[in-house]
Amino acid sequence: MTTVQTGIQPISTSRRVKDRVVQALVYLAFAIAVVPLLSVLWLVVKNGLARFDLEFLTHSMRNIGARDAGGGAYHAIIGTLEQVLFASLIAVPIGLLTAVYLVEYGSGGRLSRWISFFVDVMTGVPSVVSGLFVLAFWVLALGMPFSGFAGAMALSILMMPVVVRSAEEMLRLVPNDLREASYALGVPKWRTIVKVVLPTAFTGIVTGVMLAVARVAGETAPLLLTVFFTDSINNNPFNGPQMGLPLYVFDQAGRPTDTAIDRAWTGALTLILIVMLLNLVARLIAWWRSPAKRGS
Amino acid sequence: MRRSAFRRSRGDVPFRFASTGAGIVLLAIMAAIGVFLVVKAVPALQANTSNFLTEKTWTPNAVEPQFGIAALAFGTVLSSFLALIIATPVAIGVALFISHYAPRRLAAVLGYVVDLLAAVPSVVYGLWGVAFLVPFMRGPSEFLNTYFAWIPLFGGDQVVGKSMLTASIVLAIMILPIIAAISREVFLQAPKMQEEAALALGATRWEMIRMSVLPFGRPGIISAAMLGLGRAMGETIAVALILPATFGISFQILGPNGNSIAANIANGFGEATTIGRGALIASGLVLFLITLVVNMGARMIIARRKEFARAA
Repeated sequence: MTTVQTGIQPISTSRRVKDRVVQALVYLAFAIAVVPLLSVLWLVVKNGLARFDLEFLTHSMRNIGARDAGGGAYHAIIGTLEQVLFASLIAVPIGLLTAVYLVEYGSGGRLSRWISFFVDVMTGVPSVVSGLFVLAFWVLALGMPFSGFAGAMALSILMMPVVVRSAEEMLRLVPNDLREASYALGVPKWRTIVKVVLPTAFTGIVTGVMLAVARVAGETAPLLLTVFFTDSINNNPFNGPQMGLPLYVFDQAGRPTDTAIDRAWTGALTLILIVMLLNLVARLIAWWRSPAKRGS
Repeated sequence: MRRSAFRRSRGDVPFRFASTGAGIVLLAIMAAIGVFLVVKAVPALQANTSNFLTEKTWTPNAVEPQFGIAALAFGTVLSSFLALIIATPVAIGVALFISHYAPRRLAAVLGYVVDLLAAVPSVVYGLWGVAFLVPFMRGPSEFLNTYFAWIPLFGGDQVVGKSMLTASIVLAIMILPIIAAISREVFLQAPKMQEEAALALGATRWEMIRMSVLPFGRPGIISAAMLGLGRAMGETIAVALILPATFGISFQILGPNGNSIAANIANGFGEATTIGRGALIASGLVLFLITLVVNMGARMIIARRKEFARAA
């Protein structure tokens, strides 16, 4: 009986070991990345639940010192909602129109290449720099007061590139057949964009906007320089210092008492809940509408 | 016929104008950031009684203002590079795990988990760093100082939790998702034919990755790392809560020293006078320029790659 000579030799031990070692390292890397996430979430939930009560959600910090128990983040929640709303009102129209320009009108010209490049660069502008810019431009040069609106402007600078990029991607996914069919019916270009292209890409754009909102809702540094601090409720975003949830966490975390630290954790829990909720809803919309999902 | 042509131009021109205008507004904002930072920094720089580029102290609120960027810029660069050194290998591992090791069905979910790391606001990382990581790091720091003091980075007589090393670890956690996400995208684009050819010739999975995926992905990894570096340099609040905010230049990352441009802005803004604010704006301008250079470099590498991929 003779064995058939195939010429194939088994993989040598050293190569096999190397393969296994690398595989172990890759799995380990993933574990290392997940540990801090679990640690952060666990501590925020554990320490945050202590003060996550009705008083926290309905009271401000007025007349409450660092040592006093009680107090809440109502003023900060109101501030964050208003600031993020106004930031979206500024950033979404500009971002969306820019994306329309890049996809529908720019067609690879010099201006569109410049805009495209600087949108990318703008993504990397540090948040503290956008705050400094609004401080220099709005507060120092124009002499306007610290206000929620100033904070919204700083946040909108951070939002714009995110909105442009995601909207651009979604607009490019709209099949050209739809545009051509519309033109063939004699519909002018701008009505084609408004009535055909934008509705087709609508859910994708909404997802992008919500991810952008989630990104800026947690920003602290720009608010610090433009909204400043207050312990009281200020419902007017156009005049006087406001508070924001991230700012509230930063403020309380800097006070060296246990009650203040507890409030910081609860503020962090509230903030994470808001941001994660926005993220989750955005991803759900994207997943629900994704063509791959519908195909299967 | 004539009527419809007329209507088309009437609606089209304003719409085209508005969308072009929005793009130009974006460019104008970028220019305005530079211009206004310069305008508001100049008076403070003129009042400065020492050299802005070489001075280490930061007393812009004094009667004779003295301030300089040297110590702050050093801290920014050192902490960011440490963060990059810690984060990049892990991020590449994570990206490979999701693109080539994890089961197909799980990969998307696991990718989402890593993206969640990016969704946690920076102030929460700061709070976590101060309340958990700072006390936690005391033990490992003592260990490094005791046994590895011959490496200059780990030397020094004093070991504290609120150190450059702790801040760098927090920064590393914060920039890991962006490096992992971009690397993952690039790894997924690696030519399938080459991968399959390598496997068919009897290569193990690691050999296949080393021969076809990593060479293809190298520019992507480099630009991802640079974007992460830019992110780390601009990170403010987490670092402001952790760094001890001293003004000196020291490579001893376990000791009580370290600061960064962004952290100094957050810490110093509350009590800043007019000159003080101008000084902070001047430091912000330096940060803006550094991150601008880093980001533009990264984007150029990516852009070149794109043309590469399209040509192939």
